[in-house]
Amino acid sequence: MKLSVPESCVILLIGVSGSGKSTFAATHFGPYETLSSDAFRGMVADDENDQSATAAAFDALRYVASKRLEQNRLTVIDATNVQPAARKAFIDLARAHDMLPVAIVLDVPEKLAIARNKGRVGRDFGAGVVRRQHDQLRRSLRGLGREGFRRVHILDSEEAIAEAEIVREPLLTDRRGEHGPFDAIGDVHGCRSELESLLTKLGYVIETDASGRPVDAVHPEGRRAIFLGDLVDRGPDSPGVLRLAMGMVRNGHALAVPGNHEEKLIRALDGKNPKTTHGLAETLAQLSDETEEFRAEVLRFCRDLVSHLVLDDGKLVVAHAGLIEKYQGRASGRVRAFALYGDTTGESDEYGLPVRLPWADDYRGDAVVLYGHTPSPEVTWVNNTACVDTGAVFGGSLSAMRYPERGVVSVPAERVWYEPVRPLAAPTQPGDERDPGVLRIDDVLGKHVIETSTHGRISVREEHAAGALEVMARWAIDPRHLLYLPPTMSPPTTSSRPGLLEHPDEAFAAFRADGVSEVVVQEKHMGSRAVVLLARDPSRFDAPAGWNGVVHTRTGRPFFEQELATRFLAELSGAAERAGLFDELESSWLLFDAELLPWSLKADDLIRDLYAATGAAATDALPRAVSVLEAAVASGVDAGELLARTRERSDNALAYRAAYRQYAAPATGLDGVQLAPFQLLASEGRNHATEPHAWHLDRIDRLVAADPVRVKRTERRFVDLADAEAVADAVAWWEQLTASGGEGVVVKPAAGLVRTARGLALPGIKVRGREYLRIIYGPDYTAPANLDRLRDRSVNHKRSMALREYALGLEALDRIARGEPLWRVHQAVFAVLAMESEPVDPRL
Amino acid sequence: MLITLSYSAPEGADHDSTAFGFLLFKHPAKLQSFDVTVGQAHVFYPEATPERTTVALMLELDPVELARSRRFTGDAFALAHYVNDRPYASSSMMAVALGKVFRTAMTGRSDSYPELAAGTIPLVVTVAAVPARGGAELVRELFEPLGWSVTADPIPLDPERADWGDSRFVDLRLEGSIRLADALNQLYVLLPVLDDAKHYWVSDDEVGKLVRAGEGWLADHPQKDLITRRYLRHEKRIVADAAARLANPDADGTVEEDENQPRAAPRLVDQRADAVMRALHDVRAHRVADLGCGEGALLARLLADSAFTEIVGTDVSSRSLTIAERRLDLRRAPDRVRERVRLLQSSVTYQDDRIAGMDAAVLMEVIEHIDLDRLPAAERAVWGLAQPEAVVVTTPNADYNALYPALPAGHLRHTDHRFEFTRDEFQGWASRVAGEYGYSVEFRTVGEVDERLGSPTQLALFLREAR
Repeated sequence: MKLSVPESCVILLIGVSGSGKSTFAATHFGPYETLSSDAFRGMVADDENDQSATAAAFDALRYVASKRLEQNRLTVIDATNVQPAARKAFIDLARAHDMLPVAIVLDVPEKLAIARNKGRVGRDFGAGVVRRQHDQLRRSLRGLGREGFRRVHILDSEEAIAEAEIVREPLLTDRRGEHGPFDAIGDVHGCRSELESLLTKLGYVIETDASGRPVDAVHPEGRRAIFLGDLVDRGPDSPGVLRLAMGMVRNGHALAVPGNHEEKLIRALDGKNPKTTHGLAETLAQLSDETEEFRAEVLRFCRDLVSHLVLDDGKLVVAHAGLIEKYQGRASGRVRAFALYGDTTGESDEYGLPVRLPWADDYRGDAVVLYGHTPSPEVTWVNNTACVDTGAVFGGSLSAMRYPERGVVSVPAERVWYEPVRPLAAPTQPGDERDPGVLRIDDVLGKHVIETSTHGRISVREEHAAGALEVMARWAIDPRHLLYLPPTMSPPTTSSRPGLLEHPDEAFAAFRADGVSEVVVQEKHMGSRAVVLLARDPSRFDAPAGWNGVVHTRTGRPFFEQELATRFLAELSGAAERAGLFDELESSWLLFDAELLPWSLKADDLIRDLYAATGAAATDALPRAVSVLEAAVASGVDAGELLARTRERSDNALAYRAAYRQYAAPATGLDGVQLAPFQLLASEGRNHATEPHAWHLDRIDRLVAADPVRVKRTERRFVDLADAEAVADAVAWWEQLTASGGEGVVVKPAAGLVRTARGLALPGIKVRGREYLRIIYGPDYTAPANLDRLRDRSVNHKRSMALREYALGLEALDRIARGEPLWRVHQAVFAVLAMESEPVDPRL
Repeated sequence: MLITLSYSAPEGADHDSTAFGFLLFKHPAKLQSFDVTVGQAHVFYPEATPERTTVALMLELDPVELARSRRFTGDAFALAHYVNDRPYASSSMMAVALGKVFRTAMTGRSDSYPELAAGTIPLVVTVAAVPARGGAELVRELFEPLGWSVTADPIPLDPERADWGDSRFVDLRLEGSIRLADALNQLYVLLPVLDDAKHYWVSDDEVGKLVRAGEGWLADHPQKDLITRRYLRHEKRIVADAAARLANPDADGTVEEDENQPRAAPRLVDQRADAVMRALHDVRAHRVADLGCGEGALLARLLADSAFTEIVGTDVSSRSLTIAERRLDLRRAPDRVRERVRLLQSSVTYQDDRIAGMDAAVLMEVIEHIDLDRLPAAERAVWGLAQPEAVVVTTPNADYNALYPALPAGHLRHTDHRFEFTRDEFQGWASRVAGEYGYSVEFRTVGEVDERLGSPTQLALFLREAR
């Protein structure tokens, strides 16, 4: 006998001790699919037959079962389950996870069970127990359906048990094998003419019957329509809409899900006399002119509709009122209620309509959800979901969402067919529609894995997320304006040249090893890393009028107070305008990675309290020490060596002071402030970060030309790594830059993004100058005894961090380009900050 | 890094100035070097003539070892440690060297010149680059009562940047007639006191050392309290967490409101907590979330009051929460206490379902730490999404700032305050939030009320309107 069960469901095996449940389970189900009470007794009490451990065993079993059900996995409960209370616990568990409960009864003769038990160690509880169980089983048999089992299979003999075969059937909602492209059409509500126009506009060819009534529509490219429910009621021709939609579904040219209006229509056609409000009266009147046959077909069509459909390998879910992630692909009364009516509170609003909760705001699922039900003037995306109901029957428009293209196609309503009870767009105060940019704490806190397109899965550890949250929440700008954080940059492996820790040769060697043939060597400015968003349209970023972008640090903190920032950004925006960048990229905004000068703008306190203070102590104390030592040597004390060392340190202190002074240029307001951009990261719909550096520098040079005062040019040399002369020239350039106190250079692959066999190549390696490093490693680091020990540093962790942060930043830009929801962008940006809380030698 | 002591024997004395070398137990013709922690101390004589004898103690620290030594950093990942004033300053490390090199002289013992060692002698002491928290003024207050004539010249931060002003270092010159052992002991105690750097922890028996070194001069010193307090402040720091590495928040710099109040008056922090507790009782709250609970001052009060059956404390800083947990002694608390309280890392600008639906939420001195343009996010998260039945908000009253003489006009009470509301601004803001999210709001004063300027802290109590 074939026993059909849903592919994912909870199966209770019911039978007395010794009825062969475990053997049955082992024959028909996978080893992990079956949860046996005996096995759990063994786990909690070291003895499968220890009845005193029953409560604990079932507790653990239910817990494991619930973990499986959360994953939508078929789960078999192997326990006697002969008492209604025992079964109810599992029926409740199934319902709590919106899975169907199924009963399989193994009803064997008492004698056989008793005989089997006798043959087994530890089952010496006598015939009485089995008899009592058998009694309970017998009494239960008839009521199993009423208890809530959606399917009951009774195997009432040894033969039946032996011949049983389990057939797993997909749920009706499971249409993952259906791939698009689709056109999902919002609430039609009897607007037959608008539906014809929309289908035509979408490219479908409408077919009519002998009386000229539309009965099918076919797309030449094989696209299929999806009706998102509420085909009927309120409008002028519900039967006409039904005829067309039913024809399309029947012929495989469309799919459909039911709406709440179909649900009510079923009851009316079934003779249940529901209230004929909300336009049902019109539908019934229109249907009364149709044939009995047609009405029967409508009833059958509506009844066969399945609450929601999971399509395209699980990447698309359609339901009339939408569906939260945990209900997708599940089956229960509440799943159906949600799919038809949405997330209702049971309360009514001032118009007497049910209050619906904005479930989409909290949606975090990977599947796109397309739905209707709630009319609004425009189709907008919220967290991967879109409501396609644009209120055709209320005089709005009839819309379709193209999938996977995500384009909206609409036709206007021919007239107001039905006066809305509630105005189509809820009245809002001007300025009130701004979303305050609230993200969920669990979007960022705890352990997360970010899937990146360039570097695979990147884990964010819980403690690092905790550290990042503090920085993000206390110091960073609004997450809606924080599109990107730059990666940290690694120095090259340590040079072995005398007197030097870093040299360009090691950077060139690293890129050669990665198979990079051309690099660009860029001057490293003496400033602070800055990300600049120039935005001409504040509404693009939910910002108030007058807002024109942000300039923030590598940890997301603003550089300037608002008024200065606005002036600074306005100047840069003007330059970008004159350079034609907005026009060329057809974007209202541009995102730059840059260096902001001078460094003292951000680090003034650090320069004074740390660098200058140390310099003050050193340049005061060392000359005094030199002079007392000179006096001692002059009077014959053998302190010549100490004197020489101290003299050298005294010189180092002066060199150190000269080094930090380079970074302490005074700047008041915007005077002396310059931006040196080196990459144009992104614009609307596009991630440019993977473009070659020549592309970036070309555009940035135009920006410099447009405002040479505010925008600073980044000097650079393109170097063919096979050309020894070019390499030597680049080294000479580095020497020249750093001898005069420059910070150094950054060596980058000229191609931008480079993939190697081992993964991504580093986006850049910084090579810092000898004098500059005094403010990193201390004034006396160049003393040979110190330098030898400082060479012992490892850049591996720093490189790994730099790569992960680079990939996360690219991922954030990709997500913005794809128009993904804010929380997805924020997760990637937040992860960069979390990486930054990993402890790593800050001198690298 | 450098101390010199000079002695000129008075005319007609039975010894000449070179006797000084015997008092110090150090040979005048030799350079002597001693190992000290992360470096060496050198003793030598720039001059040793019958007229005048000068000894120099020079500390030569190893900068690399200093930065790498866990003992001196506490946090190996702070950038500051290679660039560090310690190798140049005459700091607490100098005091340690002094104690080691001149141990015998500090006891006042002398085999060759016992009377000279026991009596006062004319001394000139110079100390290069003394880090002095409290500046030249404090230097004088510390040394003058001991009989020194003090010259303390502040060292400018950078001669090229006059606008930066002076550094915290002074060049110190002391002149006086003092027993040598006392002079050495005074330097040994007062250099770390001036330095006031608690990161340089030395040993367990600090109290004993202070008592010994202070013998004969500390007990009657007018600054005895400050000396004792600062000297004993050497504590191991809590290892900085990841956030501290990142944030470099300029944490210190509070203008403590309470310093401006008469001592007998109750402290404002207590009055504030009392006012919050009163408001919570008035609305009969049992389940309370303290948002931005910090180190748990209010949580402790809530926990002590059995009216509160469920207490949630949230803070954005996991370090604060760790301190709160320790403060509430939750690890040792019985289950029935522990079950009442939960500490969660969270931020009021993020939606957090774990705090949804409480009887009351408290934002005590929290909103002023949120940037004004991020405040709407907090409003949405608390009033719009967590929707407690009541919300208690306290925040400074900017009007009242005029009554703090230490606070310059237009300044905020704390460097981390992003704004401070006047009474009008606060009431305008609170009324708007109440209207937007369906709450009523009443206002209360906290602390002594000034007729014209109101109370130092202002409180708003929001009640969710029935729907």
